[in-house]
Amino acid sequence: MPDDIFEIGGKQLNSRLFIGTGKYASDSMIPDVCKSTGAGVITVALRRVDFQAITDNVMQHIPSHMQLMPNTSGARTSDEAIRIARLARATGCGNWIKIEVITDNKYLLPDGYQTAKATEILTKEGFAVFPYINPDLYVARDLVNAGASAIMPLGAPIGTNRGIRTEEMIHILIDEIDLPIIVDAGIGKPSQACQAMEAGADACLVNTAIATSENPVLMGKAFAEAVQAGRNAFLAKARGTSPQAMASSPLTGFIRENEGQS
Amino acid sequence: MNIIINGQKLEFKKEMSIKMFLDTKNISPESVVVELNQSIIPSENYHTTWLTSNDKLEILRFVGGG
Repeated sequence: MPDDIFEIGGKQLNSRLFIGTGKYASDSMIPDVCKSTGAGVITVALRRVDFQAITDNVMQHIPSHMQLMPNTSGARTSDEAIRIARLARATGCGNWIKIEVITDNKYLLPDGYQTAKATEILTKEGFAVFPYINPDLYVARDLVNAGASAIMPLGAPIGTNRGIRTEEMIHILIDEIDLPIIVDAGIGKPSQACQAMEAGADACLVNTAIATSENPVLMGKAFAEAVQAGRNAFLAKARGTSPQAMASSPLTGFIRENEGQS
Repeated sequence: MNIIINGQKLEFKKEMSIKMFLDTKNISPESVVVELNQSIIPSENYHTTWLTSNDKLEILRFVGGG
């Protein structure tokens, strides 16, 4: 296996699978999922402390070597995303931020214009910005110009497990955008993560499919292997398809040939 | 004095710093990030930052998310 170093946001990563911390039956599973996936990047959200129900702190379960990627979930405008980003960085967790600006509550689809506005301001403030977007070429180009560290197009709406429904559009981003493409949201099965990686995506972010499976540790391992398999297949460069059969075995030297001759 | 903390109006009889408020809720200062009237307060200033009437205080922390 040749060296396949993944550099992003000023970090070198060994794994191209990013994981989340939402929806686990118990946050105490998180360390084992970190181990089974080998992931180096993990997302978190920022929320008000609930004084009536102060629960377990998710940060206690995140191994210290992991790169935190706080998200701006809950933001409806670029200003709200910027505010959350600044608060997240003030925790001392580093300068990575996943921008999510969403006003649509049914499909949780991101607002590309507000996302680009927030990205432009936050990159100037020294953030490594990872914007979550619809796979739209023009929004992606705006984000390149705004200094984003990567583009995170959705495969399907958040939490739906519907797979890479936006496949053709993601292929266009992979082809046209000179930044890492991290497929985020909608990936429901390891085979779908593999499919994205085979097509040349640089990484996948998977939360729901791992966290809500019956065995998150094992599902995490399956995703890690699928992401690596897809990556290897991409690097190995598959040949094209053919409408007709093309024999794999030689078409000469058959045992049946000229058997009657002495 | 009335202070709005995480969107809820609370009444305090005595002067109170951010540190004192966190102590009343058993919240360790390093587990949260605090914004007072939309300005982020560094944790080393929690004990010297006194709340005044009509302040808006936000106390946030990381939770699970994707």
